[in-house]
Amino acid sequence: MGGVYSYFKSLFGNREMRILILGLDGAGKTTILYRLQVGEVVTTIPTIGFNVEQVTYKNLTFQVWDLGGQTSIRPYWRCYYSNTDAIIYVVDSSDRDRIGISKEELLAMLKEEELRDAILVILANKQDMENCMSVAEVHRALGLENLKDRTFQIFKTSAKEGEGLNDSMDWLSNALQSKL
Amino acid sequence: MAFKRDKKEEEEGTGNPFQNLDKTAVLQEARTFNDTPVNPKKCTHILTKILYLINQGEQLGTQEATDAFFAMTKLFQSKDVILRRMVYLGIKELSNIAEDVIIVTSSLTKDMTGKEDLYRAAAIRALCSITDTTMIQAIERYMKQAIVDRNAAVSSAAVVSIFHMTKHSPDLVKRWVNEVQEALNSENVMVQYHALGLLYHIRKSDQLAVTKLVAKLTKMNMKSPYAVCMLIRIVCKLIEDQNSASAGDTSPPWSSSPLFEFLESCLRHKSETVVYEAAHAIVNLRRTSARELAPAVSVLQLFCSSPKPVLRFAAVRTLNKVAISHPSAVIACNLDLENMISDSNRSIATLAITTLLKTGSESSVDRLMKQIATFVSEISDEFKIVVVEAIRSLCLKFPRKHAVLMNFLSAMLRDEGGLEYKASIADTIITIIEENPEAKETGLAHLCEFIEDCEHTSLAVRILHLLGKEGPRAKQPSKYIRFIYNRVILENATVRAAAVTAMAQFGALCPQLLDNVQVLLARCQMDSDDEVRDRATYYHSILASQNKQLVQEYIIEPLTVSIPSLERALHTYNVHPSPTPFDMSSIPLATVVTSDVTEMADRLSGRTPNSIGTGTIETSPAVTRVESYYEKLSAALPEIASLPGALFKSSTPVMLTESETEYVVRCIKHSFPNHLILQLESDQYIERSAAGKCYRSIRDPRRLRATQGDPHSKVGLQ
Repeated sequence: MGGVYSYFKSLFGNREMRILILGLDGAGKTTILYRLQVGEVVTTIPTIGFNVEQVTYKNLTFQVWDLGGQTSIRPYWRCYYSNTDAIIYVVDSSDRDRIGISKEELLAMLKEEELRDAILVILANKQDMENCMSVAEVHRALGLENLKDRTFQIFKTSAKEGEGLNDSMDWLSNALQSKL
Repeated sequence: MAFKRDKKEEEEGTGNPFQNLDKTAVLQEARTFNDTPVNPKKCTHILTKILYLINQGEQLGTQEATDAFFAMTKLFQSKDVILRRMVYLGIKELSNIAEDVIIVTSSLTKDMTGKEDLYRAAAIRALCSITDTTMIQAIERYMKQAIVDRNAAVSSAAVVSIFHMTKHSPDLVKRWVNEVQEALNSENVMVQYHALGLLYHIRKSDQLAVTKLVAKLTKMNMKSPYAVCMLIRIVCKLIEDQNSASAGDTSPPWSSSPLFEFLESCLRHKSETVVYEAAHAIVNLRRTSARELAPAVSVLQLFCSSPKPVLRFAAVRTLNKVAISHPSAVIACNLDLENMISDSNRSIATLAITTLLKTGSESSVDRLMKQIATFVSEISDEFKIVVVEAIRSLCLKFPRKHAVLMNFLSAMLRDEGGLEYKASIADTIITIIEENPEAKETGLAHLCEFIEDCEHTSLAVRILHLLGKEGPRAKQPSKYIRFIYNRVILENATVRAAAVTAMAQFGALCPQLLDNVQVLLARCQMDSDDEVRDRATYYHSILASQNKQLVQEYIIEPLTVSIPSLERALHTYNVHPSPTPFDMSSIPLATVVTSDVTEMADRLSGRTPNSIGTGTIETSPAVTRVESYYEKLSAALPEIASLPGALFKSSTPVMLTESETEYVVRCIKHSFPNHLILQLESDQYIERSAAGKCYRSIRDPRRLRATQGDPHSKVGLQ
């Protein structure tokens, strides 16, 4: 049994999993990326383009692409879709005004053929903010109840406080492993 | 390993491994960049191919470039240092072809501020190549830090990149002036040099600011020799500017100025580079007297005996130039120059000899010419031209020596050599012929011999024209006919046509040869080329008419109008046909180029920048431009076009303002029989500010009646 496990493990370990972090500008994508990589909050500026880092989580290595979320940069997301294993979609739970736009971007992205098999993690971020939307509200606002044929899960997180990120990464690691 | 392979390939004689690259195939390969995980070796190789193609001049379409660019961005995931640096190069090359290149902004800013020093400078250069004016704010803060970075490579990269960015957005550097000032105090020689270059670039249009900068720096004692060299050049420019501003003063005002003192102090700098730069600067200043030259020349003299060939070369080359303007100052170095004649470096030897030729006395000419002859076949064309130039000035200086020199030139003509080299010899011979009637017959004979075996059509045509002009007036015109007619038999159509024209000249000017020329012209009417036949028929029938006036007007004195304006006038006539016949007298006459005394003096002192046939070559395009000013003017203002009388002459544009100011006004004078038109042109360099109203006030001491005096309310700005 152990032999079989290590066999799978080596298969899994051979190929770095490729993860995209997407979401509107100011949702906290870059903060999440560096929170995952170095474990602390770094000061960020709006990402023009992308950041790519290797992230090790519980002996698994991921190659994580954090793509800028500004309106002008969103069209380029699709250049980076191919060979993606998972998407982390970050939503600013305190930004009620633009949750609709966030939904549209999410739906448009999920229609892409290249992302057909990608696992989706939705992070309702900035839960530390007052008066933010709850997970259920975000779930509803994004219309996730209509999402079929897709392995996905929503988590409430606060990148600033480091809350919820581990849960989501645990879930993601398991989901990726079971996909193999 | 790679080296071994390269060597092996070299031995097999395959040479360039990228020789047969195909663009489409390489771009196809570039898709490998999208693979995960990245294979750094393979991707580096593919990137090399792409860079190679671009540098070979292969044109990438926007879409192709954009695809390749975006594929390349995937390579940022690799930690391979070599690959990353290749990616920077790729970004720089593709940044002006591909679209949306700003996509790598964040990645590059991260690399330029990161810990890996190998990335930082290169990332800055790549970043600046993708950043345009609109995106500048995103990187402003990082550039500020980079300029004053402790790492010299980073700081230099930032300063130089900003310098390049000023080309498309000149105003943006102002944000960083303070940081650049700080970089100027850097301990690193390169950073200091680059910072000075950028600071000067920012301020160069403001003379006051430059003066202040120079005043500060000349006292500062900069560490970097490169920066000091740069400063020397700036100082020279300042001196020259002040010089031309105070032109007319009898004593050079700068000889005791702090600027000149700075130049002199640089002659005692500990860096040889600086010492040379200062000496070079001083000897090249205009209006220098022997007193100011002396220290500079003695420094150069020291260099002449330096064990370093570079210094010897630099010194002798500079002395060679000085010898033209200040021969007496160089005489002091004659002994050193004599020693350099036997220098193992042929370039140095050539320059030494030609310098001696310029400074030496008539008696030494024969000896020096013999010495040149021993190695003239070993030096390159470029230096042979230097020799030819020296001979030219010798001939003008010592007319009696023309026989020796002419023989030497004709020997050089027979040697192998490029067009430029041959043209300079032919030019020299022609100059000698023009200046020295005694030398005419021998000179023409040498030229005749030369065209017997001349591979340059343009030269052959020129010489044939000269033979046509000078030959008939020689003692024995008939001997030239043979050379000319030989061309008709042996050469290409252009040369044949020129030969026909030359022969016609003989027919027109030498009655005793007329019959023979007519026979030859008749033969030329059978030529295979249209132009040759046309010319032959034309000249044949005019000569046959025996009408002196026709011959005079159509053969001996061809069209004297300016050809470009004739062409334009005929074109206009064709486009708008009119019932009246075309009027030749409306075409302005071409300025006849005469090499008068002043020009000769200039040529002797070497003031003219390019010495080959300056008279003819330089004036003709100028004529075209001036006339086109008038054409444009009359097209824009119909009332000017309708003025009676033909345009007599248009002057060259005269600057009414100093150059480098924010606006420039030029004046062009168009002279008519009864009118004078002053065309004022204004260019403005300040963006987005139009000149609201321009008033002209013309003071006229002779009280000519002004035909048009209303101020133009708006002046068209270019």
